[in-house]
Amino acid sequence: MVFVGHLDLLRYFQKAFRRSLLDIRYSQGYNPHQVMSFAMPLGVGVKSNGEYMDVTMNSVTSSKDFVEALGAQMAEGVDIVSVVELDEDSKNAMTSVAGASYYVDYREGYQPDFDFEKEFTKFMEQDKILVIKKTKKSEKEMDLKEHIHDYRVTGNQAYVLVDAGSVVNIKPNQIMEAFYESLGKECGAFTFVYTRDDLFMRESEEGPFLSLLAAGKEFE
Amino acid sequence: MRKLALRDEILLTIDKPARYIGGEVNTITKPIEQIDIRFAMCFPDVYEIGMSHLGIQILYDMINSFEHTWCERVYSPWVDLDKIMREEKIPLFALESQDPIKEFDFLGITLQYEMCYTNILQVLDLAQISRYAKDRDETQPLVIGGGPCSYNPEPIADFFDIFYIGEGETMFETLLNLYHKHQSKGYVKEAFLREAACIPGIYCPSLYEVVYNEDQTISSRTKKYEEIPDTILKEVVMDVTNTYYPMKPVVPFIKVTQDRVVLEIQRGCIRGCRFCQAGQLYRPVRERDVDTLKEYATAMLTATGHEEISLSSLSSSDYTKLQELVEFLIEECNEKKINISLPSLRIDAFALNVMEKVQDVRKSSLTFAPEAGSQRMRDVINKGLSLEQILEGSRLAFEGGWNRVKLYFMLGLPGETLEDIEAIPWLGDQIARVYYETVPKEQRTGKVAITLSTSFFIPKPFTPFQWAIMNTQEEFEEKASQVRQALNQMLNKKSMKYNWHEADLSMLEGVFARGDRKLSKVIEIAYEKGCMFDSWSEHFKFNAWLEAFDEAKVDPFFYTTRKREEDEVFPWDFIDCGVTKEFLLREWNHAMSEEVSPNCKVSCQACGASRFKGGICVENKS
Repeated sequence: MVFVGHLDLLRYFQKAFRRSLLDIRYSQGYNPHQVMSFAMPLGVGVKSNGEYMDVTMNSVTSSKDFVEALGAQMAEGVDIVSVVELDEDSKNAMTSVAGASYYVDYREGYQPDFDFEKEFTKFMEQDKILVIKKTKKSEKEMDLKEHIHDYRVTGNQAYVLVDAGSVVNIKPNQIMEAFYESLGKECGAFTFVYTRDDLFMRESEEGPFLSLLAAGKEFE
Repeated sequence: MRKLALRDEILLTIDKPARYIGGEVNTITKPIEQIDIRFAMCFPDVYEIGMSHLGIQILYDMINSFEHTWCERVYSPWVDLDKIMREEKIPLFALESQDPIKEFDFLGITLQYEMCYTNILQVLDLAQISRYAKDRDETQPLVIGGGPCSYNPEPIADFFDIFYIGEGETMFETLLNLYHKHQSKGYVKEAFLREAACIPGIYCPSLYEVVYNEDQTISSRTKKYEEIPDTILKEVVMDVTNTYYPMKPVVPFIKVTQDRVVLEIQRGCIRGCRFCQAGQLYRPVRERDVDTLKEYATAMLTATGHEEISLSSLSSSDYTKLQELVEFLIEECNEKKINISLPSLRIDAFALNVMEKVQDVRKSSLTFAPEAGSQRMRDVINKGLSLEQILEGSRLAFEGGWNRVKLYFMLGLPGETLEDIEAIPWLGDQIARVYYETVPKEQRTGKVAITLSTSFFIPKPFTPFQWAIMNTQEEFEEKASQVRQALNQMLNKKSMKYNWHEADLSMLEGVFARGDRKLSKVIEIAYEKGCMFDSWSEHFKFNAWLEAFDEAKVDPFFYTTRKREEDEVFPWDFIDCGVTKEFLLREWNHAMSEEVSPNCKVSCQACGASRFKGGICVENKS
């Protein structure tokens, strides 16, 4: 599924819901569509352990039934992990997202010829990580470090938790590219495999990052 | 995780990598240790086109129902991946197992249109399989072709070991069982082909030779073995209700051309349009039982999750239980929020009433296929559609709220005059007048939009027009400009838009449609010059084709503009599609004298297809 784009994944889920016979709600109008939205699109080539979508249902039985019914319709590579119910006044997943965590691994055949653990730690321990952010209109300096809220590195694997969502959205390849630049090397497009691990929300600007799953409760 | 034939670096570089990964919902995988026969089923065009084809889905489902056999899919890699596979010598692979197809027992290639012929060579080359059948020994797959173009397989005969002539449901199991038998006693290709050639519908081109006259027409055909048949009678499945049908079609990850459930309601056509090859090839007419179709519709929608269902047939309006079926679908689909698409409906009160229920009138347009502008020409082609019917259909449609009409025509039909050509925009103008007469000023929402499209007529084998002379590109272009000029004289010219096709592609199609074995060389040379995906205008290289004809010393006009005598032996005459050559000749002469022939429902024309012991003429007699 890594090679299936965001819009195709949406279509994939629309068809899966039809097959599952779950009682999903349709919009009104001449071309009714399922009331469904993803928390955050995942780029082609990026793996994930934690994706979220909101759906509006007419009726449901239990979380367990739901997971089973939709899970039975999945192609290899997609699992339905959990289904929770949101309060009526909850924000939708898309607007809730404040952070995302990623694992960064070297792709087979691209292993580093340097001590990754040591160098990456050194890079992350800087006070500031300044990068040039290019937009269509201007070039702006940005401190990546401000947007990295957690990191770990073990052997050749790194883990980062970064700001995500509609305000600031940091992608892990931005960090790895800046890291390689600091080493005077160029980071190739295929050097790393990125795996999104989870998406997070924050109740306040400085509050702790909570997994989006915590937004709702399982139901019976 | 499933293994993939292509590395991440390749998949992330090319367009739409999901074309090549397999693993779609409803794909069939089998434990390889239980498999004796591996079959790769190929549609030699890009994934989105190939995945939209019902025939392949039927065969995929059917062959996988056979024991010991695993059928997988393969499509033409798009040009971006094609380049990488050549550079890196990556062998073409089947989607399900991702294994190289050169290791398979069979490579089946469906032949849906002539302009895919260079892609056959692309597939063979990428698969690292020898192009010519004579160069393939027992270690290489048997290459088998089928589909409409296999009714004249001669231009590509040298590339194939076997052609399956006719409908796939009947003889595949016999063929594969024979192969299985040969496998167990030590497979020798020639021995297998010799025996296979005796199975009904199976044509093994290497076992026949063609003898030419001095003028390059065919003198005779000789066969290598006494016991193999001189003519190959097409296969038909007479009971279309109790046969294979894919209840769980594969659901692609990406949007394909036909992203919907397809319900084939009948085979064959009662209309005898004289230009139409399908109308002759698929005789006799056979309807599927309506209750079975209802079950299929429900089951397939549930198994795929598609949001649209489409009826498929050559002429849906002629299906006797159409009303019952459509009413069922409307009820079923409204509830499930599923769209219904009803192509090939004749525009009448019933059709408009149904269409109003299944589509947004304001957004949809109405399609007519008069095929010719003048009544004289429509009589020549036996279209069986009168001016009154077209205008009345339009009037009803305008009353119902439609204001967009599309009309399809052909240019270059036999005996066409300037008057016939000018009748095309004239007909468009008449329809516009009907709009302004029917819809009062205050109810009009803008202008009526009439789109006229012309394609160029290509004579096809097994039609009454197989004797016809095809126009040259210059004649075609001249005719298109005559339509344009005539349109500019029309009162309602501002309500009309005219589209026409390029003539170069039509010329090539004309060559291959009625071609012979001498053309395989041309195809190979053109392919080596980079021709591939010829039906995609951005990849069509007409000059390379002209050079190929030149280098092969083959005159393309021998196949297109040459006058054929009534007694000429055609390259496809050894195939018997049920309809007799006498009948076709009779119809050709009727066409020349502008005589209309009634359809099969009205009276039997003794076309010859009754030998299959079915169809309307047989049912009427019993």
